[in-house]
Amino acid sequence: MDNRITVETCDLTTGYRRHSSARIVTGNINASLRSGELTCLLGPNGAGKSTLLKTLSGFLPPVSGSVEVCGRPLRDYRDRELARVLGVVLTERPVLDNMTVAELVTLGRSPYTGFWGRGNAEDKAVVSRSLELVGISRMAHRLVSTLSDGERQKAMIAKALAQATPVIFLDEPTAFLDYPSKVEMMRLLHHLAHTHDKTIFLSTHDLDLALQLADKVWLVAKDTEPVTGTPEDLALSGRLSEFFCRDGVRFDAATGLFALDMPTSTSVCLTGEAPFVTMAAKALLRNGILPSAFGPAIKATESGFDVDGRICGSIDQMLHTVKDVLQQ
Amino acid sequence: MKFVWLLLLTAALFLLNLFIGSVDIPAREVMAILTGTDTGAEGPYGFIVVGSRLPQAVTALLAGAALTVSGLMLQTAFRNPLAGPSILGITSGASLGVALVMLLLGGSVSAAGFTIGGNLAVLAGAIAGSIAVMGVLLLLSVWLKNGLMLLIAGIMVGYLTSSVIMLLNYMASAEGVQSYTMWGMGNFNGVSLTQLPFFSTTVAAGLLLAVLLVKPLNIILLGENYARNLGVSMQRVRNMLLGATGILTAVVTAFCGPISFIGLAVPHIVRMIFRSADHRILMAGCIITGGCTGLLCNLICVVPADIILPLNGVTPLIGVPVILYVILKERIHR
Repeated sequence: MDNRITVETCDLTTGYRRHSSARIVTGNINASLRSGELTCLLGPNGAGKSTLLKTLSGFLPPVSGSVEVCGRPLRDYRDRELARVLGVVLTERPVLDNMTVAELVTLGRSPYTGFWGRGNAEDKAVVSRSLELVGISRMAHRLVSTLSDGERQKAMIAKALAQATPVIFLDEPTAFLDYPSKVEMMRLLHHLAHTHDKTIFLSTHDLDLALQLADKVWLVAKDTEPVTGTPEDLALSGRLSEFFCRDGVRFDAATGLFALDMPTSTSVCLTGEAPFVTMAAKALLRNGILPSAFGPAIKATESGFDVDGRICGSIDQMLHTVKDVLQQ
Repeated sequence: MKFVWLLLLTAALFLLNLFIGSVDIPAREVMAILTGTDTGAEGPYGFIVVGSRLPQAVTALLAGAALTVSGLMLQTAFRNPLAGPSILGITSGASLGVALVMLLLGGSVSAAGFTIGGNLAVLAGAIAGSIAVMGVLLLLSVWLKNGLMLLIAGIMVGYLTSSVIMLLNYMASAEGVQSYTMWGMGNFNGVSLTQLPFFSTTVAAGLLLAVLLVKPLNIILLGENYARNLGVSMQRVRNMLLGATGILTAVVTAFCGPISFIGLAVPHIVRMIFRSADHRILMAGCIITGGCTGLLCNLICVVPADIILPLNGVTPLIGVPVILYVILKERIHR
């Protein structure tokens, strides 16, 4: 696995051209994607993530600059050729009545199948391998219309895998999923990039997951040039907090993740052992009480929460007691 | 297995169309004429069976198939279960052509001292009308990249033509209005034995073009962007789709009048029978089931003694329940 560059942009400006004028969305993008890496595209709503993905996928011509995919300019590809190099998973949800998961994934083989679109033995093998990779083999004969959002998203990823392209772009694959499914989805994509040498590029709003699982992130925002790098480099250089910090959100340098920034008015002196002390601190912060070295003493241990000599059996009780103590 | 049953049913309906008609002919006589064991083929019965019922049955079969296949392609291309040949304005274009011939020109066209009248003029009007609308739609499709926009444009073209037709009706003579109304009721007996080869080859060509589109049709079920990513050139496929539906609808409307509901409803019946989204199955199913439905409608038209019912009075009886079912099912799904 040599992590070679598969997608590269050169002075790329995305946007919408209308007659002679153009509405520029993001300008001066000089960045690259590498094989065997999961890259996440992060940015607030309206920052131009979708426009950038559309431009990189060849759905939208760039306003200026160029995109190279696998060493060849994107505009030189014909649709049929690009279909074997670049696969996409989009946010749109086509209505697929009466279509089974296996049939859907077989459509991913269309760039390779013959005139009637009937797959040969090799196509069938690729389809079942793709289903297996995303873990939905047992759903092969279910109707797509009966799948949950997460299962449907996996079926679409299996379709992209069946397409056997070195590059896969996904537009918000974790949207509309419940939290465990989001985690599962991101781990799956991370696994696919690392073990199958795919170049995987996705846009997402799930900052925490992206910062934990992405090898690289691209940060885009309105009116600034995009920034790229590993999440850790961007954290150290302060670029991450620049992009996302605002009132109520704080970049926690210790974990490298974002945390809620709660305004506190009073403080208590919290000691004890993990995990009880951590949980007590979390609950106190939510109630505007800063755990520090000053104020009424609270000791959190397995046997309970000791608030100034009063023993509480639960966090709930502890909060009530602390509030009482603070009011006095 | 379902295909075998449908084929048997179609064959049975085809034969029934030969045996049953508004003129009572003993079954024995029909058998004799069909097997050629009797010289009766030259008699009046033979004239009716070979000269009228046979072309009518073939027309019903082909027209049914043509309209159903058009409906299937349009429903898939526009991802709209209520799309059909009449909705894109192609049928209205044909109607406008016919209205111009019948209402404005009094039923005959004169050009360069050469006059064509009757059926042929109507035919020319219908084909010219549908080709004109199809041309407009093809032009529009170059810069209306969105399928829904094109669909709306088609519907608008339809409204425009009906308004022109209404004005023409208002100004036309009583006979003109009557013959136009008769044409508008639809029938499968407009193709004579001599016109049958032209009708059949044109429909066959349109159906062949449709069959060639099976793979792209399957792919565009995923939507335009996914289809493009899988290497399908949407512009090309859409033009071919418009071409195929244009040919099929134009020729059928020219000969049989603007037939309602077959193109809209039968593709849904086919989906219900085969429970598949695969156009390799659906296309074949639509050709057979469409033909079957055409024959059934024609049979219902001629079964009442002494009169022939207008085709467009019969097709909604099959079409409306199917469409209502589709709409209700959609509601339950959501």
